[in-house]
Amino acid sequence: MHTFRILVVDDETDFLETIVNRLNKRKLDAKGVTSGEAAIDVLKEELYDVVLLDIKMPGGMDGIETLREIKRIQPLVEVLLLTGHASVETSIEGMKQGAFDYLLKPMKFEDLLVKMAQAFEKKATHDKKIRDAKIQELIRYPSRVFEQEKK
Amino acid sequence: MKRTLYKNLKLKLISITLAMSIGPLILLGGGIYYQFGKLYKERIEDQIRHMARSQSNAVDVFLRERTTILAMIVETHTFESLKDQDNLSRLFRLINRRAEGLGLVDLGVIDDQGRQLAYAGPYSLKGLNYYQQPWFDEAMRRGKYISDVYMGFRQVPHFIIAVKGETGNSSWILRATIDSDIFNRLVRSAQVGTSGDGFIVNRQGVFQTSPRFDGVILGDSKIDTQKFGEGTTVIEKKVPGSDTRYIGGSWLKDGDWVMVISQIAGQEKGWLVRARNTEILIIAIGCLVICSAIVLISHILVRHLEQTDKEMNELNSQLIQQDKLAALGKMAAGIAHEINNPLAVIGEKAGWMEDLLAEEEFRNSVNYQEFAASIAKIEEHVDRARKITHSMLGFARRMEPRLDDVEINRVLDQTIDIMANHARINDIEIRKHFTDRLPVIASDQSQLQQVFMNLINNAIDAIGSNGTIDITTQLDKDSINIIIRDDGPGIPEAIKKKIFDPFFTTKQSGKGTGLGLSISYSIIEKMGGRITVESSEGKGTAFVVSLPVVLPEKK
Ligand SMILES: Nc1ncnc2c1ncn2[C@@H]1O[C@H](COP(=O)(O)OP(=O)(O)OP(=O)(O)O)[C@@H](O)[C@H]1O
Ligand SMILES: [Mg+2]
Repeated sequence: MHTFRILVVDDETDFLETIVNRLNKRKLDAKGVTSGEAAIDVLKEELYDVVLLDIKMPGGMDGIETLREIKRIQPLVEVLLLTGHASVETSIEGMKQGAFDYLLKPMKFEDLLVKMAQAFEKKATHDKKIRDAKIQELIRYPSRVFEQEKK
Repeated sequence: MKRTLYKNLKLKLISITLAMSIGPLILLGGGIYYQFGKLYKERIEDQIRHMARSQSNAVDVFLRERTTILAMIVETHTFESLKDQDNLSRLFRLINRRAEGLGLVDLGVIDDQGRQLAYAGPYSLKGLNYYQQPWFDEAMRRGKYISDVYMGFRQVPHFIIAVKGETGNSSWILRATIDSDIFNRLVRSAQVGTSGDGFIVNRQGVFQTSPRFDGVILGDSKIDTQKFGEGTTVIEKKVPGSDTRYIGGSWLKDGDWVMVISQIAGQEKGWLVRARNTEILIIAIGCLVICSAIVLISHILVRHLEQTDKEMNELNSQLIQQDKLAALGKMAAGIAHEINNPLAVIGEKAGWMEDLLAEEEFRNSVNYQEFAASIAKIEEHVDRARKITHSMLGFARRMEPRLDDVEINRVLDQTIDIMANHARINDIEIRKHFTDRLPVIASDQSQLQQVFMNLINNAIDAIGSNGTIDITTQLDKDSINIIIRDDGPGIPEAIKKKIFDPFFTTKQSGKGTGLGLSISYSIIEKMGGRITVESSEGKGTAFVVSLPVVLPEKK
């Protein structure tokens, strides 16, 4: 089983670094970026399981927009929203856009871990379903799958 | 304090309007009565004066008539013929036959020595000598004389008229006795009503006629005749304890006698008294009507004022509360946002330090314990600050309540389940008294849960340990009431007003944020409901949440 990969997006570098460090210390593969644009760039290149996204980032891409973009690029990634503001509407909007859950800053690290574990689990079952589906498909229509891979 | 203010206002209002309306009324009544009285007094005086004058005139005429008749006899007859007893008797008979009303009792002829030479009348007075009598002298000097009334031999009051005649050098006198009963008849016409009296007195105040009251003819009238001036005068005599007597006097008989007319004003004034009583009655009724109207109007006015004042105050305090909450909401959102980010960094940094501290190398360091404790403290306090900011954010949420289909009893069940453990640890029993008639309403389940949680938490905190919390649901006309009652210490009157204020708490710092009730208040308010509190110190507290029954739309 592969280790879960986490991308943390926050413009507060102190926070970002610490979170990444703490996650890494727990043997999780975490990486941090400081803007929505950077996150999109990274996600275009690499696959991630969970994105921890701060949705009140000044300047640049609005949190919800970033979320929408992320979901477009990697529909299967689970996004956990982080917010320091009372933007529950935004959070709910985020949920509608497919975010997994949201956390109010400052959060308890334990809560973050719990939410993350749930996200992983969902991702894992999802992945498994897809894998099973792919295997099924492979068994039934091997040629179609290979053709798709080629493209 | 307010009470007395309104009371004073009412009293002032009543007294001023009373003074302004009843004062003039009474003044007017008094004025009218006074004018009436004056008019009436004048009238009575006029009447008395008139009567006295006409009566005295009548008496004067009566006297003059008789004197003239005697004078005529003296002028037309000679002394010689009159001193003849037969002639005189004939004359006497003649006069009495012709003029009965004269009241002539007898006739006598007296010479200048006072001897009665001839006498016609019922007595045998012939030969009597009048020389010593004072009237004889006077008649001789003045030519005529009219006496006061006196009792004659017959015990009949009468008086004398004497007229002097002269024949050559010698003088003589024709004397007549007149029955004075004729005066009584005259004055009787003045004895009107129940109190009117009329009589004649002489200068010394001796009755010349029979008065109707208080006295007999020739008795002392006790009237000071000096009081009557020239002509006809009316004097007032106040009798203590009864009505005023008006006494009018008119001189007659060249100032020898006074015709006295007296009347008690009070009795004659009967109609005036009646008029006065009617007036007083009318004024009294007027006053009564005015009084009650004023009292009623003042009462209504002041009560109205009080009511509006109260409503205004209530409205004001509600508006203030709302304003406070709204302003606080905005501020809270700002502050919370600014604080949350640095707080998050602090929290995570501390967490990172804790993570690192778990490593071998630190574990053996001298101050490991100190570090670990400090970090724990930092985390604890970040946690505390987080609770505050999160509450503030929850408070600032301007989100419209989401409308779920809510069963209040179920929401309470869930909330109680969550709290049950906490309560049990503290020996607190939570009892439910739910009605099963509650309709499903459209409301926000999670916000309601937050409110109930706050209230139950407060109740548990208030009780401390060992007690009961009763949770009741009721269906009112158009609202659902949820009552959360504890048997804790209650809320002191002094702080009752403040408990809904943000950040008001009596709990130890770190234990309570003071936001619970203010958040609950604004949540329920936004739903169109109310939270009220009833508390008596030492007995417990009941918070009543009442929610409007808003039925979910049919889907
Ligand atoms: N059931 C109760 N009995 C007695 N006092 C109460 C009760 N409920 C509230 N209070 C008083 O009202 C104050 C304010 O309550 P509120 O819920 O707003 O804040 P808190 O309970 O002190 O703090 P927090 O809710 O954040 O823990 C309390 O500190 C307490 O003094
Ligand atoms: Mg509370």
